[in-house]
Amino acid sequence: MPALWLLVIVLILAAAGFVAGRSRAMADAQGDVRNLHSLPVYYGNHVMLAVLLPAVLILGIWLLLQPLAATQVASSHISPDSYADTGALSLIMSDVQRVAEGLNRAVAQGLISASDANALDATTTDVRALSVSAGVPVAAQVTPDMLAAAEAVRHVSAIGSWLMSGVVLAVALVAGFVAWSQITKDFRARNTVERVVKGLLILAAMIAILTTVGIVLSLLGNTIRFFGLYPAMDFFFGTTWAPSFGGGSELGILPLFWGTFYISIVALIVAVPVGLFAAIYLSEYAGPKVRAFAKPLLEVLAGIPTIVYGLFALLTVGPLLMKLFGQDGTFGVTWMQGGTSVMTAGLVMGVMLIPFVSSLSDDIINAVPQSMRDGSLGLGATKSETVRQVVLPAALPGIVGAILLAASRAIGETMIVVLGAGAAARLSMNPLDAMTTVTTRIVSQLTGDADFASPEALVAFALGMTLFVMTLGLNIFALYIVRKYREQYD
Amino acid sequence: MSLADANTPAPSAAPKSSILTTDARTKKRNRAEARFKAYGIGAIVLGLAFLAALLVSIIGNGIPAYTQTFVTVPVYLDPAVVDKQGNRDPAEMAKTTTFGYAPLIQNAFATEVSQNGITTDMAPKKLADILSASATGQVRQTVLDDPELVGQTVEFRLLASSRVDGYLKGRVTREALARDKNLDAAHLDIIDTLRTAGVVNRTWNWDFIFGADASESRPEQAGIGVSMVGSLFMMLVVLVLSLPIGVATSIYLEEFAPKNRWTDIIEVNISNLAAVPSIVFGILGLAVFIQFGHLPKSAPLVGGLVLTLMTLPTIIISTRAALSAVPPSIRDAALGIGASKMQSVFHHVLPLAMPGILTGTIIGLAQALGETAPLLLIGMVGYIASNMPDGIAAGFMAPNSAMPAQIYEWAKRADPAYYERAWGGIIILLLFLMTMNIIAVILRRRFERRW
Repeated sequence: MPALWLLVIVLILAAAGFVAGRSRAMADAQGDVRNLHSLPVYYGNHVMLAVLLPAVLILGIWLLLQPLAATQVASSHISPDSYADTGALSLIMSDVQRVAEGLNRAVAQGLISASDANALDATTTDVRALSVSAGVPVAAQVTPDMLAAAEAVRHVSAIGSWLMSGVVLAVALVAGFVAWSQITKDFRARNTVERVVKGLLILAAMIAILTTVGIVLSLLGNTIRFFGLYPAMDFFFGTTWAPSFGGGSELGILPLFWGTFYISIVALIVAVPVGLFAAIYLSEYAGPKVRAFAKPLLEVLAGIPTIVYGLFALLTVGPLLMKLFGQDGTFGVTWMQGGTSVMTAGLVMGVMLIPFVSSLSDDIINAVPQSMRDGSLGLGATKSETVRQVVLPAALPGIVGAILLAASRAIGETMIVVLGAGAAARLSMNPLDAMTTVTTRIVSQLTGDADFASPEALVAFALGMTLFVMTLGLNIFALYIVRKYREQYD
Repeated sequence: MSLADANTPAPSAAPKSSILTTDARTKKRNRAEARFKAYGIGAIVLGLAFLAALLVSIIGNGIPAYTQTFVTVPVYLDPAVVDKQGNRDPAEMAKTTTFGYAPLIQNAFATEVSQNGITTDMAPKKLADILSASATGQVRQTVLDDPELVGQTVEFRLLASSRVDGYLKGRVTREALARDKNLDAAHLDIIDTLRTAGVVNRTWNWDFIFGADASESRPEQAGIGVSMVGSLFMMLVVLVLSLPIGVATSIYLEEFAPKNRWTDIIEVNISNLAAVPSIVFGILGLAVFIQFGHLPKSAPLVGGLVLTLMTLPTIIISTRAALSAVPPSIRDAALGIGASKMQSVFHHVLPLAMPGILTGTIIGLAQALGETAPLLLIGMVGYIASNMPDGIAAGFMAPNSAMPAQIYEWAKRADPAYYERAWGGIIILLLFLMTMNIIAVILRRRFERRW
């Protein structure tokens, strides 16, 4: 891996720069630290950062752009008649990449000499077999076009690697030398280094912004492409969800919405009473011993990964509900056709949300000042009356906020519904029917090798956008309620 | 008798309104009180009961995955089949495929059965349905690794098929197997006899913990080891990226950022990112790293990058809490003796906040380790993780699975024998998470300072 070696060399140069910068400063100060403007270590760091930062930056950008450039050059070798659309081109290009990789390995393993590899003829040599024998399987037969493109890829990569090494090392050396020659005993090294470090800190803080921008752009771009292929009205108001990769899909979001909301409501019906009462008991009634024992145990439920809940829904709760409501079940009814249903997913999701509701409500109830409780108790109210008539009204905005946050969690939850809710998109009232949700459909439309050009794959981005907007809206609304209606006690 | 006495009603005639006796209304209120308290206790008990049900079903269903049924069979490695050229050259011998080995094993097993005093009119091929389909591959690999074994009779511990395994574990009943086309009742009688003879036995199965995933038809062979390595590489990426970036972001926001609109935007952003559903991060990873950045699908590097972005808000929030818990007097003292702002932060505040930061990071990592949804979108399912990555670079770049993705993959497969594996995998995953959380708690208990 040349890039890795390059990085190691740059690091060694940086270390050498540190020593050089430090000793130059010390020499200029006649070996007496007191003559220096900054501590000696800052002079070293100054040179080290000058060597490291530009070189690593260039290395990173280069590594990012080189494959793009290689693909660009190579795709010009593929004649436009041999592929129908950009999807087919990208398939050909991935084969080209593999052929290039196979040839590289063949040269490295000594199956073929480097000069022979550069002058192959697809009509006389079985390039595919050569590539396979080097350990890189190639799907399609290699045409002369593809071979030429593969050779171009190899050519560009080879030149690129050399050029990259040269440029990166030159930049490192030049920047290091400039920084080194700046050093005198009066050079304000600490200020310079601290400015750079602060710049790095700001850069890190920008990553949070970049992530949001990335999310919005990746969702928005593909969503717009989707609406170019499929009418937005049919998407938002269609009542049928029937994607078929052959074309003629009906992609109405309403059945998915219905499934999502139904499951979330079942989950909240389980989680809110249990979580709320648990929080009330823990903060108002429980002694320190019970609290120290029950609170962490309840919070264990929050630390369990969702895949575990999904499996629990699929393999334990689903069959259990089948035994009760399914064919030949305890109640002798046939309300349930299969183990996956709204109820299965909703119940398990409710269990998952219990600690979420309880720990948030616990914090909020504890924030209600003790003097209010004392006042109520002093007037002769019982403890439960105090809770119902004084504590809960005071904590209500916070609790509503907690429930809204739990709802946003429920809407965005994926693994439980993927495993527990089923795949049938239907608008039914029966909670024992299998239904499907927005997140489930995102997973099923984007797993597999669908290309990103068909509306059936792009619809997942539109679904993701809807999900993102919904959960974000709920969160902002929850925060707004909490802020607006919060009682100020102090 | 005085007048006052006459005016006082006689005690017997008085209505019962003493504070020592409770009236109906008070009783009602007390009942409501007791009921309310009972609801609270009920909620706690219900919550704990859910936890118990979850753990019981994980452990009850998962433990059997750690044992596996093996059949001990002496196989005569016939040179006429195994080494047709007779020169013990592994390259030549590799031309005999696993199909070529099948008769050897079938006959060996038939002999073993008859030696245990069982008479059966089943053909050796049908009899060998008891063995896993992986048996031929296992024998072939042993022979290719050590050509000197050719011509000898070697004792092999071969995997039994998953149905036999299920029968021994009580997962599959006789009635269910009778409806199945793969095994007959006669097979089961043979298994019972061989079991008492010690030929068929159930032992601890290291291959489940360290082995590779197998194809859909061979649940008995599947292990979680390779995806564990995939998870390890992913966690390395997450640790190396999210710790420095998270700490740097927190230091800037907590110590240096001026209070203006820009930093407000960053702060609101981070708290919103913490609430974005994890699947949206999967879409981001798919669009940015795979669609745009052309990184390989299913690579732990991509998984690590996506999980880094997902974990960053968690780490930032806990790091900021740790930093702001360091009292201002520390900063003032450092500034007072001439340290620069940067020096006061890096030399004094950061070391003091380190235990809190590490605790938050470990909890963030634990969260990332168990996360599945984003991994589904970047292609970590549907891929059979059958080979250990060769080398560090391949560990990051070559397609692999991850523990939660592997568990999901098993849960999706049609053969119910895989469900046991999925539960077993969950036990390992939870052990990892438990260890990480315990380390976090210990770190907090030992090093956290209260100011």
